[in-house]
Amino acid sequence: MAVSFWQWERTNRRQTALLVGIFIILFCLLGLGLDFVFGNLRVGPQGLNGFPFLTIAALIVALVQTFISYYGGAGLILASVHATPLQADSDRHKIVLNVIEEMRLAARMPPIKAYVMADPAPNAFATGRDPRHSVICVTQGLIDMMDREQLQGVIGHEMAHIRDYDIRTMMMIAVLVGGIAMLADFLARWMWFGGFGAMGGRNQRDRDNDQGQAGVLIAVAVFVLAAISPILCQLLAMAVARQREYLADAGSVEFTRNPRALLRALEQIAATESPLKDASRGTAHLFIVNPREGLREDDREGFFDNLFSTHPPLPRRIQRLRAMLDGPAGANASPAPA
Amino acid sequence: MGGWIALIVIAIVALALIVLYNSLVGLKNQVDAAWRQIDVQLKRRHDLIPNLVEAVKGYMQFERQTLTQVVEARGRAISAPDQGARMQAENQLSAGLGRLLAVIENYPQLKADQNVLRLQEELTTTENQIAFSRQAYNDAVLSYNTRVQSFPANLIANNFGFLPATYFQAAPGDEAVPKVDLSMGGAGSQA
Repeated sequence: MAVSFWQWERTNRRQTALLVGIFIILFCLLGLGLDFVFGNLRVGPQGLNGFPFLTIAALIVALVQTFISYYGGAGLILASVHATPLQADSDRHKIVLNVIEEMRLAARMPPIKAYVMADPAPNAFATGRDPRHSVICVTQGLIDMMDREQLQGVIGHEMAHIRDYDIRTMMMIAVLVGGIAMLADFLARWMWFGGFGAMGGRNQRDRDNDQGQAGVLIAVAVFVLAAISPILCQLLAMAVARQREYLADAGSVEFTRNPRALLRALEQIAATESPLKDASRGTAHLFIVNPREGLREDDREGFFDNLFSTHPPLPRRIQRLRAMLDGPAGANASPAPA
Repeated sequence: MGGWIALIVIAIVALALIVLYNSLVGLKNQVDAAWRQIDVQLKRRHDLIPNLVEAVKGYMQFERQTLTQVVEARGRAISAPDQGARMQAENQLSAGLGRLLAVIENYPQLKADQNVLRLQEELTTTENQIAFSRQAYNDAVLSYNTRVQSFPANLIANNFGFLPATYFQAAPGDEAVPKVDLSMGGAGSQA
């Protein structure tokens, strides 16, 4: 058990580094394309002429954004879903804080900060760059709806994401992919309103048509890449996120020693279908159940069903938990504290 | 040439030994930290009990014995001369508190008292935190012992005094108490 969790943590660190690497290269390519468009770089007889100002600018922007995402990503995500710190101002809130403390002891994690979203849909997520800088955010709906056992199941699931460093990968995906999507949007608009015009004028001045065409070709290639890269990033994120949900479900059972806890919580979530208001495409993969999809009636898990889905079908997850309850893990589990 | 090869082999072996030794230290520290965590929770429980007893004793004239048991077990746990006696007292305290929490369910006036309700939640979470801390301690012991006993770490462990740690054993019947009593208490209060 312990070995697999160490391996998974290492996988997460590697994937995060890979993601950041792709992100920075993508930004530099965009800068390079713009350098050609503006004529900072030209393909001449002796090779490349000029100085790539915009490529270097893009590199700096990418590094700064990576830095901000890593150290401020959790804050940005919490702000985007309008979460506020969870205070012990009511008996129910106190219980949630207590359950978080219980589960972090079971997971041997440092103290975890708690946040709440004022939304009636039952849902929760965890984020942060490492366990010491992590938060668990729950909706008011979850607090109102779940009993102690169910809360333990849900919080245990989030605690597993924290322990396995899923939170770091998912946070970087949320913030960086969000950034790329915004940039691609901006560039597309800029190209339609003026980008092409400026390009055409410069080409005429340059006289040398071959040179201009090479620049345009490179620019177009780069923009196509920029246009499809958000989708590719999204697909990557989703594929990675789905597997994590099963693993975090298993982690929750490892901490509570009680498959019934998460099972009952997911069943209740499945029974109350209400989408979450503040969840965007960028943050959907963070939550314990997909806040945008609602409940899918079928439990198919084919390639195309899943391509754009951040979570495994809820019935499938419930089925796996029920198997644990009936199987040897459930039978051997020590009596869980209620 | 031969000297170089020997030197490289020695360097690799030394490096492997250092890595293994450090991993053992890390796991051992996790076991110790998990043990201290249990201690923190037990102390917290000791601090809570006087408040709870104070809050409920006015209502519970007929449950004197349950209250006395809890207070006495707490006293024994605090003044225990050694670890074994202390754990025994703590286990009795767990059992007594489980009974007390169950009995509170039988007193409607108590359940209407905000102060008691808050203390009840405090105690419930403390009991859970103790249970989860023990579980976490045993998880830590499992990782540590597995490493200490498996090859090649066992060679280092034997020479540097890394002994296998002992699991935390709950007293027989201890963990079953809250569940059994709760169901009985529920039936009794309705009658």
